[in-house]
Amino acid sequence: MAVTPADFDYISKIVREQCAIVLEKGKEYLVESRIMPLVHQEKLESIENLVKKIKQEPRGSLKDAVIEAMTTNETSFYRDIHPFETLKKEIFPELIEKRKAKRELNIWCGASSSGQEPYSLVMLLKNDFPQLNSWNLSFSASDISNQMLNRCKSGIYSQLEVNRGLPAPLMVKYFERIGTEWQVKEELRKMVQFRIINLSEAWPTMPQLDLVMMRNVLIYFDVEMKKNILGRVRKLLRPDGYLFLGAAETTLNLDENFERMPFKQSGCYRLKQG
Amino acid sequence: MRALVIDDSRAIRLILVQILKALKFEVIEAGHGLEALEKLKESGPLDLALVDWNMPEMNGYEFVCEVRKDDRYKDMKLMMVTTETEMAQVIKALEAGANEYVMKPFTKDMIVEKLTIMGIDVG
Repeated sequence: MAVTPADFDYISKIVREQCAIVLEKGKEYLVESRIMPLVHQEKLESIENLVKKIKQEPRGSLKDAVIEAMTTNETSFYRDIHPFETLKKEIFPELIEKRKAKRELNIWCGASSSGQEPYSLVMLLKNDFPQLNSWNLSFSASDISNQMLNRCKSGIYSQLEVNRGLPAPLMVKYFERIGTEWQVKEELRKMVQFRIINLSEAWPTMPQLDLVMMRNVLIYFDVEMKKNILGRVRKLLRPDGYLFLGAAETTLNLDENFERMPFKQSGCYRLKQG
Repeated sequence: MRALVIDDSRAIRLILVQILKALKFEVIEAGHGLEALEKLKESGPLDLALVDWNMPEMNGYEFVCEVRKDDRYKDMKLMMVTTETEMAQVIKALEAGANEYVMKPFTKDMIVEKLTIMGIDVG
């Protein structure tokens, strides 16, 4: 959901006044990605409504919550680490063994945000499974925000962002220094097809998928839409494929066709077997 | 777990010590590489050292080289925490035997994430 120029200016103003952080024009994507969870949590439907409420209650706790959301960066490379450990040790070795005849893997990151997740995965594949270089790898990553998608495509990250969760040996191997920022090397950027997909609307045609990453995005939707999205993922997922959800998300009471895999804090699911 | 914090800035040492103590580390401090080597002789091998680059007497890069020459410290994790942000410096530190690299300014989350990457269980 887009932030209007007036609301962006208002949020920039209170963040600047409270903690001296300057949100320049072009950072609208940042405001949207950080504030939308708060909008949903407060059941306000839009950033516009949230700004109205803060203006009505300028001394209320909502203003502090906005400041906190804008200054706490939850996005990092290899976020939560455990899902990536599971992918490295369990899922990719299994999928590679099962698909070795066709030499084909189809992966979709359904909420790529600013790109740390798809690039973490691509680095994992490139670094730990070099045999995939000769495979037919289809890797798509989508987000609802056009600004976010352009950012993903550029693969450019600030020093603060590359400090978050990115192992230094991988930074050296897969990034280039561009002025004061860091850019994912072209060979990795070319491996991912970034596209706009609104999960709550019709999805474009996709191949049968071996792996779906849908982490920390279902929380934004109501129960019916969560069921709808999981139902569509179920149809796209190969019978022996895997789905990853965020640590605080579940298929429980939403879609009984999935079963949780017993991997430590990974949010890993597959379709019930047999 | 035991850690060494090496930085010539007392203020930075204070922040890093607070972060590590909150993670249940026992922490030793040093203001430069030579002092750190002496403290290491007294303490014996530790689990971790957070190492600044630019310091008087002996800099952090030289400290890493010295530590990696000594087999007794082969399991000790070394993480640079420095204002040096050139790619060449990161490569130089890793080739000398540093396990991780954090560019200042840093936050507690960054330190915790890097410790996890190095296989240090921070709970």
